[in-house]
Amino acid sequence: MNSENKIYFYPVWLRIWHGINALGILVLIFTGINMQYATPGFKLMDFELAVNLHNIAGILVSANYLIFVFGNLRTSNHKFYRIKLKGLYKRLRLQVEYYTTGLFRNQDAPFPLSEKRKFNPMQKVSYLLVMYLFVPGLVITGLGLLFPELIIENVYQVSGIFLTAVLHASLGFLVSIFLIVHLYVASIGKHPINNFKSILNGYHDLNGH
Amino acid sequence: MLKSGLTSASSFNSPAMRSSFLFFIVLILFLGFSKSSQALAPENESCLKCHTHQTITFHNTLTKREDKRLMNPLYILDKDHFASGVHAKFKCIDCHSADYSKYPHNAELKLEPLSTCLDCHGGDAKYAAYQFEKIDLEFQKSVHFQKSGDSFTCSKCHNQHYYQAKSRNSSEVGDIVKFSNEMCMSCHSNNSKFQLISDKLKPALSQIHEWLPNQELHFLNVRCIECHTQVVDSLSVSHNILPKEKALKNCVECHSKNSMLEASLYKYKNLQSRSKIGKLNSIIKNKSYVIGAYQNIWLNYISILILILALAGISIHVIARIIKK
Repeated sequence: MNSENKIYFYPVWLRIWHGINALGILVLIFTGINMQYATPGFKLMDFELAVNLHNIAGILVSANYLIFVFGNLRTSNHKFYRIKLKGLYKRLRLQVEYYTTGLFRNQDAPFPLSEKRKFNPMQKVSYLLVMYLFVPGLVITGLGLLFPELIIENVYQVSGIFLTAVLHASLGFLVSIFLIVHLYVASIGKHPINNFKSILNGYHDLNGH
Repeated sequence: MLKSGLTSASSFNSPAMRSSFLFFIVLILFLGFSKSSQALAPENESCLKCHTHQTITFHNTLTKREDKRLMNPLYILDKDHFASGVHAKFKCIDCHSADYSKYPHNAELKLEPLSTCLDCHGGDAKYAAYQFEKIDLEFQKSVHFQKSGDSFTCSKCHNQHYYQAKSRNSSEVGDIVKFSNEMCMSCHSNNSKFQLISDKLKPALSQIHEWLPNQELHFLNVRCIECHTQVVDSLSVSHNILPKEKALKNCVECHSKNSMLEASLYKYKNLQSRSKIGKLNSIIKNKSYVIGAYQNIWLNYISILILILALAGISIHVIARIIKK
């Protein structure tokens, strides 16, 4: 395996951001489920502890989100997220077809990764949705619930806190589903562990795919 | 004629219409403003003449002069507040001695025992729904009665002059909470009243509740009695105030699907809204949100379905990868 086949995809700042985000979100999901579904007879952990941990992890992930935004602004990493709407549907279809059939026929990936392409079209769309819609939505609603006095009291007779909380829980659920799929798709490759190694050491091995 | 008067601007502008409109407005204002004083018994006028004012003027029979003095603030009644209370129609002498009609009042009248709530409310079929006897039994178990006995009267919390049956009649949970907590606060945030039954200083409430997350939000949205009483299903408001060691400290009792609040704070609200606006509306129109207590069945189903689909998709993919390896 020579170094020409490796691309330095994940600089240090990005790996730090990703690491904090990953751990933070795991804590948020675990404590969030505990707060939403605990009953006197069943609980994963102490409610009070769950609330405190959720608040701390939430603040940490929110601050960490700034690293993601500024990191992308200051480096060329943002280029990988650029999406062309023209032909997007076709490109998405090709990628879905590859994951559902082509992969099993040992066909080549329709959008092989290179210095210029870090994400396939499916990744682009899902990462954009999660990082620029779901996570900011969670940060904003989460800050609102942390400081409820900031929330508009009533929106057409419906409690503002109620709306914020339902939106927060729904977005949290969508991020949980993203996490499951994200972890699974990351295991697709020559060896299931390759992508996990990459996000730790920074290098993406082209031979590993 | 009335119809044309209402629909045509020109006839509204006529002097006759304008004057009757003005009369109508004045009548409404008059009725509105006079409502509170009308609600009070006219016999109370002579008492309220002094007991609603900061100063009193009387003829001093010894000095033969007109004296103007400050009224004891403890004996000044808020007339409007009284008029909105449950006993608004009562005559003062229904509860106080008729001898108070003489001035200066005889000092010994202060020693006269006042009627207790049960003297009127006990065994009265009209108030059967309030279950005063049961309230009394529950109250006798409470830490207030255990520590102070009979000297802790109903009126220590329920001011006879201003009391309103809020938890039964108000449709605003926030209103119920405020009214209820003010009863507790009248002593627990006032050292001089607190020391009527204790030799100690009142405990600093924000300090002893430091463990409670979002303390201020809890204080505004739930009643003290939510955690500090033993809930009795058959009673509207629980009266067995527990000693502080026995107060509820388990968050999940409220923050769960079968929230305890349904049986306490939201009990009357639930009963009212079920008949009037339906369960969904009553949940949505609540001014507050209790984490964990609100679970929408449809959102739950949809989320479980999405989760199952995601896991099923992944499982099928894993199996296909293993087979094709």
